[in-house]
Amino acid sequence: MRNPLNNKIVGIKPSGIRKFFDVVSEMKDAISLGVGEPDFETPWHIREEGIYSLEKGKTHYSSNAGIKELRVEICRYLKRRFDLDYDPLKETLVTIGGSEAIDMALRVMLEEGDEVILPQPSYVSYEPCVIMAGGKPVIVELKEEDEFKLTKQELLDAITDKTKILILPFPNNPTGSVMSREELADIVDVIIEKDIFVISDEIYAELTYGEKHVSIASFPGMKERTVVINGFSKAYAMTGWRLGYAVGPEVIIKQILKLHQFAIMCAPSTSQYAAIEALRNGDPDVEMMCEAYDGRRRFLLHEFRRMGLSCFEARGAFYVFPCIKSLGMTSEEFATKLLMEEKVAVVPGTAFGDCGEGFLRISYAYSIENLKKALERIERFVRAHKH
Amino acid sequence: MKEKILRIIEKNSKLTSEELAIMLDCSREEVEAAIAEMEIDKIICGYPTLIDWDKLSGEKLTALIEVKVTPQRGQGFDRIAERIFKFDEVETVYLMSGGFDLTVIIRGKSMREVAGFVSEKLAPMEAILSTATHFVLKKYKENGIVMQNDEQDERMIVSP
Repeated sequence: MRNPLNNKIVGIKPSGIRKFFDVVSEMKDAISLGVGEPDFETPWHIREEGIYSLEKGKTHYSSNAGIKELRVEICRYLKRRFDLDYDPLKETLVTIGGSEAIDMALRVMLEEGDEVILPQPSYVSYEPCVIMAGGKPVIVELKEEDEFKLTKQELLDAITDKTKILILPFPNNPTGSVMSREELADIVDVIIEKDIFVISDEIYAELTYGEKHVSIASFPGMKERTVVINGFSKAYAMTGWRLGYAVGPEVIIKQILKLHQFAIMCAPSTSQYAAIEALRNGDPDVEMMCEAYDGRRRFLLHEFRRMGLSCFEARGAFYVFPCIKSLGMTSEEFATKLLMEEKVAVVPGTAFGDCGEGFLRISYAYSIENLKKALERIERFVRAHKH
Repeated sequence: MKEKILRIIEKNSKLTSEELAIMLDCSREEVEAAIAEMEIDKIICGYPTLIDWDKLSGEKLTALIEVKVTPQRGQGFDRIAERIFKFDEVETVYLMSGGFDLTVIIRGKSMREVAGFVSEKLAPMEAILSTATHFVLKKYKENGIVMQNDEQDERMIVSP
């Protein structure tokens, strides 16, 4: 029999998180600090709107790009929060989570062999999506001493004649790093001068602590070369609804819409109706969740530092990224031993790129009681293994 | 800052002032001063524990009584409300708008005890015109907390 599979797909290595998941799920009564989604449930008024749409029999396909009302609300929201101007009819597309938008954007923009600059540690999907789209990932290893931000020099060093896209993953999963207006301004000049495009994954935009998120698309000259990815999963605790969106130049969005229409048809209607409510009346929910995350974030940073682990001040998403190099273990050893000895699940930094070695991703999408319990165990573990 | 403290301890009053200080990025002294001030101002009125008495074997019964009263000259409803809330059995008293004047929530050991309270103590008061007693059958949610909550963390234990 012939090989039924495509070798490019077979060659993609499975997600490092998946591997760990299999170990963890064997372990009953483990405390997990390993999830990448909010602990809050979707606010009831948003869920209720989804239920109401079902009651009214709104169970049909929507237009391919998404319900017009939703697209209008998305554009109003982006203007209100991040000072971005997009046309709801021509420059906005509702997708199945941010993930679809990332995949589709890469597929419509890349030619075989084009290079994509990919800062790591970062979300697990970018690299395989680049490869599947025929691109060549060029990894930039972000450093703890730069607080895991992308510097101008790092960007310049990575650019070649073949560079087409920069993926900009801030606020960052797994490090919690954010980039300020000044830091973005630094790399904007390079991007424009070298004529490259940006896919800016801003799914955690609402979850910043301190300064408000700044979108790179809000800089002069950047809107026409940036696709902004965002969605409802993190801000409104709607991960299971699978709803995101892409906004960008009409030429690009038009092609993504074509792919989306053939592959997906449209995002789920129920989720779209719920999302309209989220954008119209969800600001207080976001604020409440953000305040709760911020308190937990401070608590974790304080506790890790008290234990003697260095931990840079993450100001975004819901992760801290402590360094465990002083214990002389690899990330994976630490995570596995911690799970076996203390029954706490954390994700090794290496799941997000080789340069995550020596770090752990700790999620604070848990109640403070839960975090306290887990931290006591981690402290005991660290004490036992310190030389 | 006071409001931030309140939003946290409203849900969990067991956190220490040190933990609160870490979470709110201020000193322990500041937290303690703010809490002390709020205690004096009666913004924080106490630190009771929310108990689901139904889970214990000894039965407790909660009743909500709608009370109509004649307000008294010079004191309105306050005087009669005070006479009512001084009883230990009375857990809550609200002055209401609408069809009746006071909501009185009482807790007793048995229906007989509650009935005795209403007929012997409450109804005979001069200012009280009428009462209507409703017994609570099941508590679903109290003080923002769902009582019979057996929901678990539905999330996958690790995810990207």
